[in-house]
Amino acid sequence: MSTADIVGQDAPPPPAEETPASIASIPRRAWDNIRTGNLGVLPIVVGMIFIVIFFGFKATNFFTATNFINIIIQMAGTTMLAYGVVFVLLLGEIDLSIGYVAGIGALAVAEFQLPGSGHDYNGLIAIVIAVVICGLIGLLQGAIVAFVGVPSFVVTLAGFLVWQGVILYRLEAPGSIIIQDRWINYTANYTFSWWLGWVIAAIICTGYALVTVFNVLGKRRAGLAVANPVMIIAKLGGVVAATVITVAICNHSDVQGTHLGLPLPGLIIVIFLALFTFLAKRTTFGRHVYAVGGNAEAARRAGINVPRIRVLVFIISGASAAIGGVILAANINSVGLTFPPATLLLNSIAAAVIGGVSLFGGRGEVRAAFLGSLVIATVANGLNTAGYSNGAIYIVTGIILLLAVTLDTFARRLQVRSGR
Amino acid sequence: MATDTPLLQLRDITKTFGSVQALTDVDFEARSGEVMALVGDNGAGKSTLVKCIAGSHSPDGGQILFEGEEVHINGPKVASKLGIEVVYQDLALCDNLDVVQNIYLGREEHDWFQRLKEPKMEQKTAETLKSLAVTTINSIRQPVATLSGGQRQSVAVAKAVQWNSKLVVLDEPTAALGVAQTEQVLALVRRLGEQGLAVVIISHNLHDIFETADRITVLRLGRNVGVFDRRTTSQQEVVSAITAGVPTKVSGLPATGVTA
Repeated sequence: MSTADIVGQDAPPPPAEETPASIASIPRRAWDNIRTGNLGVLPIVVGMIFIVIFFGFKATNFFTATNFINIIIQMAGTTMLAYGVVFVLLLGEIDLSIGYVAGIGALAVAEFQLPGSGHDYNGLIAIVIAVVICGLIGLLQGAIVAFVGVPSFVVTLAGFLVWQGVILYRLEAPGSIIIQDRWINYTANYTFSWWLGWVIAAIICTGYALVTVFNVLGKRRAGLAVANPVMIIAKLGGVVAATVITVAICNHSDVQGTHLGLPLPGLIIVIFLALFTFLAKRTTFGRHVYAVGGNAEAARRAGINVPRIRVLVFIISGASAAIGGVILAANINSVGLTFPPATLLLNSIAAAVIGGVSLFGGRGEVRAAFLGSLVIATVANGLNTAGYSNGAIYIVTGIILLLAVTLDTFARRLQVRSGR
Repeated sequence: MATDTPLLQLRDITKTFGSVQALTDVDFEARSGEVMALVGDNGAGKSTLVKCIAGSHSPDGGQILFEGEEVHINGPKVASKLGIEVVYQDLALCDNLDVVQNIYLGREEHDWFQRLKEPKMEQKTAETLKSLAVTTINSIRQPVATLSGGQRQSVAVAKAVQWNSKLVVLDEPTAALGVAQTEQVLALVRRLGEQGLAVVIISHNLHDIFETADRITVLRLGRNVGVFDRRTTSQQEVVSAITAGVPTKVSGLPATGVTA
């Protein structure tokens, strides 16, 4: 909440130093925000800079375009799951089943492309089937939570066991299923040509700019206060810079003469970032999710169909886990007994929490999933490249999670103290 | 100011919970442009009566007339459709949402794509707060968690009157407030009456009642023991009605007792 949002003719005239949107006022306002515990994405951005610099010195192969692409591919699956986690956490619920629901998604996609099985479809159809199956799993679990009233922890813990069991049961004999369908494998391995990468970057930047401009115009037309224009431009600049740099680095990659570019999974998670942010922030459904997470009784009295919201959120959780599962399986071209990796569930919950989503509902943003996954994937990749074992990765990820939540707790205390 | 037919009229309302007789032949009315106080000791039946008006309970016997016509309020949705809004003691606000979001909760303005019309909602909220002369909230985009008790009460009241409601019931609106904030809320209650709404205020605090109400209905042990006009009554009279009042009517017979 910026101080420039003061609205209403009855509001006392804002202090003079808050109205002019000058560049000079930015450091002071930034300091005000920090002082009052309104940190936004700042801790993550600062943390990322330190992580990148550290591994830049520590690991020789870290600062290569190919490794950059690797990080994007590695974070994509976790990010998709973490999007679902954000919605579930916003409700104040938990979904422990998503790891193995992602496994079911991957298994379904492998099953429905399996040549000679009698149900081998085109990969895209197989993906749709997988998403529908996992959506139905979410529907089932969500319905038990919402209508029967069993705590989501228990329902999804049961799901955790059941869906793991289903995967083991199916894969017991074959051990694994190879995914040959190119459409499915593209979800992890396809990279765009350099010019297509730039077209995509242009579309993302223009799209973001247009949304920003329309928002400002809408507020202007209604005669409402608009946030500080310098801040808006800074945000816009940040998004454009991140997009352009990402595509530029990706386009620089060369593996033994083969040109790589912007990887498709990167585009997929950005598209879902936009979609889910829209859903959470701009639609009645999203507003109701925040309301139920903030005060379910108030939401019920306001006429919101609380069980419906709960069920829909668990469907989102299941369906996005399916997409994450497909990307993860496509990355290794198969689904085996060790799929999904044991860290998947906890990493995706950690990602959302590191990004600033509260475990108690009603507080957090979709972008948290994206940023948190980026941190986790970068740390894992950096430690790997520097030659550390998996043990080190777990330890460091755990410490980062604890640090992030501790920082968030302090920030909350500051917010309370400053009356925010 | 007050019109001839009461906006809301309750006749011989009876409600039992098992063997407990919560309300016995209670008459009650609320007129547009008038603040009606509902007082009584703990267990006198105030909350039960309000829940009958709000549609949370349906009475076992008696009639409810709204704008002169008999209605059956068998759910909160029916009540709000009629234009009856209740502000409960716990306010039912979402702390994590801002003022605009709370006021529009469950009735958001949106287009065919379910997209929220934020500018419109923000504009209308500012207008509502202005019409209620709520000036203490400096940004309607700040989360409700950051507001004081009086401000939260104002938001809850604004939420109730936003929807062209005709009758607003306030359950202990000043219970948890300091002196200055109590004054703010009482002024707000009076303003609602001046704007032509029918207001029912439940309170334990006789000072608050005599500051705001035009008439006072006293319940005792589930019965109506009198309706007093604030201008012609003393606090002692009301207190003695609360503690020792006798029913103004005997079951089946028309009321004979003290009516203003």
